Amino acid sequence: MKQFETVIGLEVHVELATKTKIFCSCSTEFGGEPNSHTCPVCTGMPGSLPVLNKQVVEYAIAVGLATNCTITQNCKFDRKNYFYPDNPQNYQISQLYLPICRDGSVEIETEDGGRKNIGIHEIHMEEDAGKLVHDEWGENSLVDFNRSGVPLIEIVSEPDMRSADEVVAYLEKLRLIIQYLGASDCKLQEGSMRADVNLSVREAGASEFGTRTEMKNLNSFKAIRRAIEGERERQIDLIESGQKIIQETRRWDDAKEYSYAMRSKEDAQDYRYFPEPDLVPIIISDEWLDEIRSRQPELRTEKLERYKREFNIPEYDAGIITSNKKLADIFEETTAICNNPKKVSNWLMVETMRLLKEHEMEPEQITFSPENLAKLIQLTEDRAVNSSVAKEVFEKIFEEDIDPEKYVEEHGLKAVSDDGALRSTIEKVIADNPQSVEDYKGGKKKAIGFLVGQTMKAMQGKADPAMVNKILAELLQ
Amino acid sequence: MANIISDETIEYVGILAKLELSAEERENAKKDIGEMLDYIDKLNELDTSGVEPMSHAFPVNNVFREDVPSEDDGREKTLANAPERGGDSFVVPKTI
Ligand SMILES: [Zn+2]
Repeated sequence: MKQFETVIGLEVHVELATKTKIFCSCSTEFGGEPNSHTCPVCTGMPGSLPVLNKQVVEYAIAVGLATNCTITQNCKFDRKNYFYPDNPQNYQISQLYLPICRDGSVEIETEDGGRKNIGIHEIHMEEDAGKLVHDEWGENSLVDFNRSGVPLIEIVSEPDMRSADEVVAYLEKLRLIIQYLGASDCKLQEGSMRADVNLSVREAGASEFGTRTEMKNLNSFKAIRRAIEGERERQIDLIESGQKIIQETRRWDDAKEYSYAMRSKEDAQDYRYFPEPDLVPIIISDEWLDEIRSRQPELRTEKLERYKREFNIPEYDAGIITSNKKLADIFEETTAICNNPKKVSNWLMVETMRLLKEHEMEPEQITFSPENLAKLIQLTEDRAVNSSVAKEVFEKIFEEDIDPEKYVEEHGLKAVSDDGALRSTIEKVIADNPQSVEDYKGGKKKAIGFLVGQTMKAMQGKADPAMVNKILAELLQ
Repeated sequence: MANIISDETIEYVGILAKLELSAEERENAKKDIGEMLDYIDKLNELDTSGVEPMSHAFPVNNVFREDVPSEDDGREKTLANAPERGGDSFVVPKTI
């Protein structure tokens, strides 16, 4: 039985988080009525003139710097020509000859705990296409150009990955870097991050690469894993039965767990690139580069170290919180308000994680505000609510972002810290339970637990157990 | 004419450009393209080694726009150009 090695390179498209499109002032906002965010530029009307969005260049450079790329200080756009109804100009403005970033790398952790560099061949800027909606029964398709002209960067890796695990590790690393930079939200499901997988197999030890195929339509890490396994097997089967692999683009059907060839032979892929005459070259000066470099935010590794140093957060917890930009943001904003990093970390690590899992949510979908978490922490610090009430209130914060102060007030959940009321309740509990009091005094220290329980019950859960314990011990002296 | 365009080439260029040419148009196009390539050959006689490729005719660079959205709803103007309108979308032949 021959051993085969899988060789994988990725082309990752990332939608940049600009407010406007790459070459016009149309909004990039999601969810508008079809064609409401369009103008002559992004619908390819003759005579319209594209003007480059400066923020696109800055985001692309920021991603390039964070992935150890060399920035092409003299760069330009090219036209990629093809006909398709989602592409109103009949060409896409992209970069072929002088992509803005080249020769970078990111480091991933491998399954065995080792480290590996994945090379980045280039990053280029380009525009997205419109959206085609197919009417299943009708004879037509509908086109909405709201996404036409939305800025993308395409990150092309070297063929350095050897397994689905490495591919997922690389994508997670890229996503984290880009999210930290604020250059994109990188949501696979929603298409703001899209990965095309170039895959070939070769006999273990061979020095030449095999013929590769490109797989598209992968919109989750699960789909990517399955597609890699499926395509690897398909190629090995072909080789072992003496057939040739055809270099082609295939569409992964995740439901059927099989990829299908997308383009036929007559449909030649000849893009006839040429320099874009409507856009002038971009010269990136050393000063501009330095300026962008100085504005680079703290990335994950630095943040993790700082959390340990500045806030005394254990490595494991700091690792989890910084593994997601949203969690790290909530942590920092809440800590800035309540100045209690330990407690904030605790609420994120335990209750937030539990509720995320229970609701099958990603951290990005969190909607509660740092203000309300900080208020809840303050309430617990003031012993105004006990811990079981706090958990109950937090669920409400997590689900509806309620104001915990108001909520506790309105639902009468405030712990009774009024010594007098608590003291008289405890006195009554002691009077009603002579057996337990006797047991306690006879040396059965555990009996106090029963008395605490009875007191809590009488107080409808609103007493602070520590306070109950203290007063009980005092009265039982 | 030094460059002779074959029938296969003109057929291929036609497919790429989504053009259907009549027999007469084909012959004219073959002749025109051949002449264009002859002209390129002429330009290629010049020794340009060591010359930076030029990507734009004017000495202008870094023309940018700030990232400020316009509030306009471009729907009506855009759809006025649609050969066929379906709701707020362009209607095109079924494409999958
Ligand atoms: Zn536009």
